[in-house]
Amino acid sequence: MGKVGKIARRAFLIGSAAVAGGVAFGVWRVKTPWPNPLEQGLAEGAATFNPWVLIDAEKVTLITPHADKGQGVAHVQAALIAEEMDIEFGQFEISFGQPDKAYWNRALAAEGAPFLATDEGFTAQTARGAIGGLIKLIGLQITGGSSAVPDSYVKLREAGAMARETVKKAASEKTGLPVAELKTAQGAVHLPDGSTLSYTELAGIAAEIAPVTDVRLRDRSDWRLLGKPMQRLDIVAKSTGTQRYGIDIDLPGMVHAAVRVNPRQGGALNRYDASAAEGMRGVQKIIEVTGGVAAVADNTWRAFQAVEAIDCDWGPAPYPAEQEAHWAAVAASFTEERLDSTWRDEGDAGVATADGTVEAEYRAPYLAHAPLEPLNATVRVTETAVEVWAGQQIPRQLQVLVAAITGHDADQVIFHNQFMGGSFGHRLEFEHVKLAAEIANQMRGVAVKLTYSREEDFAHDFPRQIGMARARGAVTGGKVEAIDLQVAMPSVTASQMGRAGLPGGGADSQIAAGVWNNPYALPHFRMRAYRVPELAPVSSWRSVGASAGGFFFDCFLDELIHVAGADPMAERIRLMAHDPSRKVLEAVAEMSGWDGPRPAAGKGRGVAFVESFGVPCAEVVEVSVVDGAIRIDKVWVAADVGVVLDPVNFENLVQGGVVFGLAHAMNCEITYADGMAEQSNYDSYEGMRIGQCPEIFVRGLENGAKIRGIGEPPVPPAAPALANAIFAATGKRLREMPFSKFVDFA
Amino acid sequence: MQILVDGVAHEVDVEDDMPLLWVLRDELSIQGVKYGCGIAQCGACTVHIDGEAVKSCQVAAADVWGEVTTIEGLGQPDALHAVQEAWIAHQVAQCGYCQSGQIMLAAALLAETPDPTEAEIDEAMGANLCRCGTYPRIRAAVKTAAVKLKEAS
Repeated sequence: MGKVGKIARRAFLIGSAAVAGGVAFGVWRVKTPWPNPLEQGLAEGAATFNPWVLIDAEKVTLITPHADKGQGVAHVQAALIAEEMDIEFGQFEISFGQPDKAYWNRALAAEGAPFLATDEGFTAQTARGAIGGLIKLIGLQITGGSSAVPDSYVKLREAGAMARETVKKAASEKTGLPVAELKTAQGAVHLPDGSTLSYTELAGIAAEIAPVTDVRLRDRSDWRLLGKPMQRLDIVAKSTGTQRYGIDIDLPGMVHAAVRVNPRQGGALNRYDASAAEGMRGVQKIIEVTGGVAAVADNTWRAFQAVEAIDCDWGPAPYPAEQEAHWAAVAASFTEERLDSTWRDEGDAGVATADGTVEAEYRAPYLAHAPLEPLNATVRVTETAVEVWAGQQIPRQLQVLVAAITGHDADQVIFHNQFMGGSFGHRLEFEHVKLAAEIANQMRGVAVKLTYSREEDFAHDFPRQIGMARARGAVTGGKVEAIDLQVAMPSVTASQMGRAGLPGGGADSQIAAGVWNNPYALPHFRMRAYRVPELAPVSSWRSVGASAGGFFFDCFLDELIHVAGADPMAERIRLMAHDPSRKVLEAVAEMSGWDGPRPAAGKGRGVAFVESFGVPCAEVVEVSVVDGAIRIDKVWVAADVGVVLDPVNFENLVQGGVVFGLAHAMNCEITYADGMAEQSNYDSYEGMRIGQCPEIFVRGLENGAKIRGIGEPPVPPAAPALANAIFAATGKRLREMPFSKFVDFA
Repeated sequence: MQILVDGVAHEVDVEDDMPLLWVLRDELSIQGVKYGCGIAQCGACTVHIDGEAVKSCQVAAADVWGEVTTIEGLGQPDALHAVQEAWIAHQVAQCGYCQSGQIMLAAALLAETPDPTEAEIDEAMGANLCRCGTYPRIRAAVKTAAVKLKEAS
């Protein structure tokens, strides 16, 4: 604990958090083997209680290390600390901090372990613990897998409570009053005589005492902030154009760069001629980078113009040039040799594969992430340090990859994480940061901002993996009896972890996600996953495997229910073996009036249920047929996250997840021709505009045993619920996305 | 050339065909205006010229025909426009990157059509994209702003 005498190189890494007058509290050591990064270079008289709280004579800074992509996680992390710390919004600043092992993700383990999220048995828990141990050991700081809230829920409230109790102890030392007579509220210790000592006043004393580690978290019924509507910390900035993103970085002497890298991803640059670009106004430099070229200019637009003027000769793609060959590779992978894992095998799969059963084949295409802020990164390289400004979700790995380019040590890479204009998985990737580092390394001492054009962003999006399902099933006596479902996909985990230089290996649960983990109790159920040899490089796309698997499984279940002549809602509820999951179905049934009057002629309702990231989520979609086109009128959603921390943000994220799921199911695909993505901007990859957006009614349930994240789980049920509704309205069964290939949307 | 932005006259030395978007962002450091697509699809770059909502990625610097108002000129955190107030009240933003453009578009809509129907809101706001899917809240915020503006007028 306490002050660190030497101002280490890391001193300035904390940025605005490292200021005059502070202290370090060593509480975190009980919780993690990793030292508190805030201790390094801590100024005299400043206090840090743990890796998340820093107090000095001027201000309180809360470190919110999970990356904010728009999901509001900076806010919720701060709220978790502030709740226990008795400090109000407006009384503290937030900082993303510096990448550090201390910020390892404690919650990510659950999704990777091959056990149902609903399985709390010894073996499942042990496996989760083992994966968690690995994540801790490598200090994996990562925002993804809807894990930020579960990772933060206990540890950040503990961090706030430790800070509160230590400051009370400091006040006790200062005043001679027993701690029991002191109270805290609004960022200050309140004395029995009604006077107050602010936390900042107490920082100097707090720096000198042993921190309080034995804290008890408050009961939920005592929460002031959590569980109630909160105004997001970023909402005013984001409503006034004053929120700054990575693309807005503006540094003294900064230059602007644009790149063109072989649109056949991973292909070579054979040769290029930059003579036309070199003389263009404002162009300072043309640089060859891995797989392509960069233009450096005094303005983003001039850099775009210049890089477009370079004549490039591109090598072939290291994967099939035409889309048909991609599908053929997927279709050819349902073989014993490509079997990645048999995830479920209950009862007798032979019942599902006997003659007279229902058979179907499903497809899900490649999809781009296409967040509205194009990829960008600003890098400045000097002899002793590399500074990086970008929005990125695996910051310690970013340091490793950048250092490998510039020849520095990873801890010489200072990373200033930025608010992101969306991600959907795009900013788990590093290629744009690596390219910016390559350029800046050739212009040492100068800050270089690399901005992707929208076209470059599409060309170098690592899309959602394509996949196919082959399903057979049987019904008997009006009930669904058996399902045997096979999924074939390339391994997104192998593709992504390979680029990131992180450990992968083993069967890829994302090939099976959305299928194997369904909590139904079918008498006979088998699920086999097949690994397609790597095709185009692919990446996690909001909800990852479940975005396709949920569509495959739920729609096929719906087919069987219709063959059985059962009610789609009642049969799902009958089959459901997990109590919180049954309750989300019952909730959407009630919300949508499912058991009331049937929809009028020309309308149809579909229900879908998918569990992903431990969150049971059910959606009912209602459509109308208008002049032969499908119009989505209403959607009802119920999801169980255990505890809803902010009902307003919860509703917004669920609505957004539904729109995201519907938009891509309706309208979007990435296809390859001549080795290149055929879609290059929003005119050919529109997603959804407001006119197609239904009314969306949301309910959060809290029956689940654990707290969960809501960023991804609303996405997977949207596509099957829409397809099931279209079937109900038209009798047409859609087994391939995007649906706009088969029906028109109003 | 000279352009008038948010009440301030600026002399800029740029190519005639540089899009207004980049003049604002890179020459004048008005960064509330966002680049999203460059081809008039997303509307993140929406500003007003003489009160009319335009996509600044499509307006050449030499063609700017009037006074430019950006999100920063519409209102500020301590002096909000009614549309911004409504955006805050409904907590519309997620990533927020499109919202400058959405707010500028909504402000222009309400100046022209003070009491828009649902269909008119969808029609007008359909010019812009939101990848986070905040459309239900955009609709609600436009309606709230319409009420506020009518009360104020």
